[in-house]
Amino acid sequence: MKTTIASLKKGQIAIIKDFDADVIPLKLLEMGCLPGNTVELLQIAPFGDPLYLNINGSHLAIRIETAREIEVDIIKK
Amino acid sequence: MSKKNINVALIGNPNVGKTSVFNQLTGLNQQVGNYPGITVEKKVGFCKLPNNINANVVDLPGTYSLNASSADENVVIELLLNKNDKLYPDVIVVVSEVENLKRNLLLFTQIKDLEIPTILVINMIDRMKYKGISLDIPYLESQLKTKIVLVSSRKGTGIEELKNTITTYKTISTEPCLNASSIDEEYFDTLRKTFPNQSLYKLWLVITQDVNFVDLNRKTLKNNSFTKTDSELKRLQQKETIKRYQFINDTLKLGQKVDSALATDFRSKLDRLLTHKIWGYVIFFVILFGIFQSIFEWSKIPMDFIDRNFASLSSMADKNLPPGAFTNLISQGIIPGIGGILIFIPQITFLFLFISVLEESGYMSRVVFLMDKIMRKFGLSGKSVVPLISGTACAIPAIMATRNIENWKERLITILVTPFTTCSARLPVYAIIIGLVIPDEFVFGFLNLQGLTLMLLYLIGFGMAIFSAFVLHKVLQLNCKTFFVVEMPNYKLPMFKNVAINVIEKTKAFVFGAGKIILSIAVILWFLASNGPSKNFSDAEAILKSRTENSSLSALEFKNKVASFKLENSYIGMMGKTIEPAISPLGYDWKIGIAIISSFAAREVFVGTLATIYSVGGSDNEATIKSKMATEVNPQTGVKIFNFASGISLLLFYAFAMQCASTLAVTKKETNSWKWPLGQLIFMSGFAYIVALLAYQILK
Repeated sequence: MKTTIASLKKGQIAIIKDFDADVIPLKLLEMGCLPGNTVELLQIAPFGDPLYLNINGSHLAIRIETAREIEVDIIKK
Repeated sequence: MSKKNINVALIGNPNVGKTSVFNQLTGLNQQVGNYPGITVEKKVGFCKLPNNINANVVDLPGTYSLNASSADENVVIELLLNKNDKLYPDVIVVVSEVENLKRNLLLFTQIKDLEIPTILVINMIDRMKYKGISLDIPYLESQLKTKIVLVSSRKGTGIEELKNTITTYKTISTEPCLNASSIDEEYFDTLRKTFPNQSLYKLWLVITQDVNFVDLNRKTLKNNSFTKTDSELKRLQQKETIKRYQFINDTLKLGQKVDSALATDFRSKLDRLLTHKIWGYVIFFVILFGIFQSIFEWSKIPMDFIDRNFASLSSMADKNLPPGAFTNLISQGIIPGIGGILIFIPQITFLFLFISVLEESGYMSRVVFLMDKIMRKFGLSGKSVVPLISGTACAIPAIMATRNIENWKERLITILVTPFTTCSARLPVYAIIIGLVIPDEFVFGFLNLQGLTLMLLYLIGFGMAIFSAFVLHKVLQLNCKTFFVVEMPNYKLPMFKNVAINVIEKTKAFVFGAGKIILSIAVILWFLASNGPSKNFSDAEAILKSRTENSSLSALEFKNKVASFKLENSYIGMMGKTIEPAISPLGYDWKIGIAIISSFAAREVFVGTLATIYSVGGSDNEATIKSKMATEVNPQTGVKIFNFASGISLLLFYAFAMQCASTLAVTKKETNSWKWPLGQLIFMSGFAYIVALLAYQILK
């Protein structure tokens, strides 16, 4: 199974590897969600969704179904 | 030196304090309007600059990039690309923020490609030190080919320097800071050769966006042999974004230093608390509860004050002006009409105050995050919380605020159910009826019963919105790609100036917008109530004299009888009597019927209408409208008109009925079809009638 943002634990930091460009909205890319950038999972909302992330210094929240499309390499913890 | 007028456009990401900078530059010299044809808010302010230059400052809607995905963002592109626009900028000021410089610069590099002189403002410079950030300004200026002004809109520093820099706009470079066309040289070369007179980036924007211009049309571009498919274009846009970020990352690597050890974790601590699975909801509920209690408690004193003064003003006008139709119009039509509007200023001010504090502080985004999963079960988005809460002020801006909901089905449902939330126009109606039928007592020593009822009405509004969203979610068969991105801004202490300007603007808009309708309806009603078609009206005194010959009425009692007999036989009385059979099962008399009819234009007209009707009817102008309503009895049964059963029935009717022409218009505009506003009107008003009927029949 591939590792995605959805499989991160709270506080873990990872590097964005790859994603299917057609599924990910351009707006997310514009906010810094690009291959090579770091992502940290800051908070998980009650009931497990959405996820509160720090991507490349930007603080934003996305739903888990989007998070599942973004492949990452875990680098810390 | 001669005077000169220039146009300045302010642009930036959301949450960078762009509006604060705008407020600092222009103060209260602002005009809020709408862009022609669309409902996006347009703010233009005026600012005196050194060297006798006057500037028109346009505050453009916040946007993350020039890749438009909403009507708001289209406004930005259309203004920046249309040289013939009256507000086409001589200079652009891009506002960024020291903590999110990387993301903010994406928009900046796009703006630079438009070849208009551009200044970069870095805001919130006061936070730099404790965030451990330092900047190499000369290096950044040379890389970004711009002038940088460091500003703290909170402390008011840097604004004078910004004004000075704006006056030197002619010396600022118009050169792009990176060559974006290198993502596909061949494609852009062909473009350049085909349209040698156009700017390349403008061509690219027109190809990828849904905008058209007089001199440049999407169709002519699409019909060329070198057209790419939508998927290819999207990939190219991604490449463009990546390219821009590479440039920004390289620039900031040398130009910005961050000592992360200094960054405090205040934000994460507060986040943990505010989005906690129990405390998060408790805090949210307590905040809402506090808001509604205080709206009712705090505004009592100023409201009573206004009420009393308008009553005595009316009687003063009556006594001191020569008697006649004109005096009657003033004392019975215009003064009560104006009083009916002004009395709600305290409550509306408090409501706008709280909403603007919640938005300014960054708390609203946490609520979106906290509520998304729950709201989705009802077919809504976490982002629907913002329209639903700001719907407590007014449904019109709330419906416009649904634009940032990415999923069309979630957005449509939000638009359809938002009018159920208790808007400020319902507040006057609730306030007066609650005051009449709910005792002003405390339970458990601190809960005001009237405040509690008000809170319940708000909850019923929300509950109904959520419930109908759930029904719509099950009924509507729409398949939409879902995605959801919400920025979580840093917490900020709301700035007094921003909140104050916001509250003043919104209250002013309410008073003048609603005021015009209320006042003209008041005058029409006064006319209809003071004239009648039949002999019953003109000879009222003689008819009553012959009827009451044998009874011993005092002069005052007789005068009152004449007045109410006249009112019943006036035009408005006849209209009211006609509809009485339809509304009497709900517990209303014909006077309330008239108020309900006239409030189909706007709910708040209800109170003004009753004020006018009761002023015309009574001879005693000293009494306030509320006390007149409280003593009104049904002539047949002797029961008070505003009793518990009819009061609750009225409250519920107003909670559910669709009585706002402007909301219907904005729904039509936003959904682009008459189907949805008509559905709202029929469903909501029909439901309101049934609920009010049941309530009265059970309670009476």
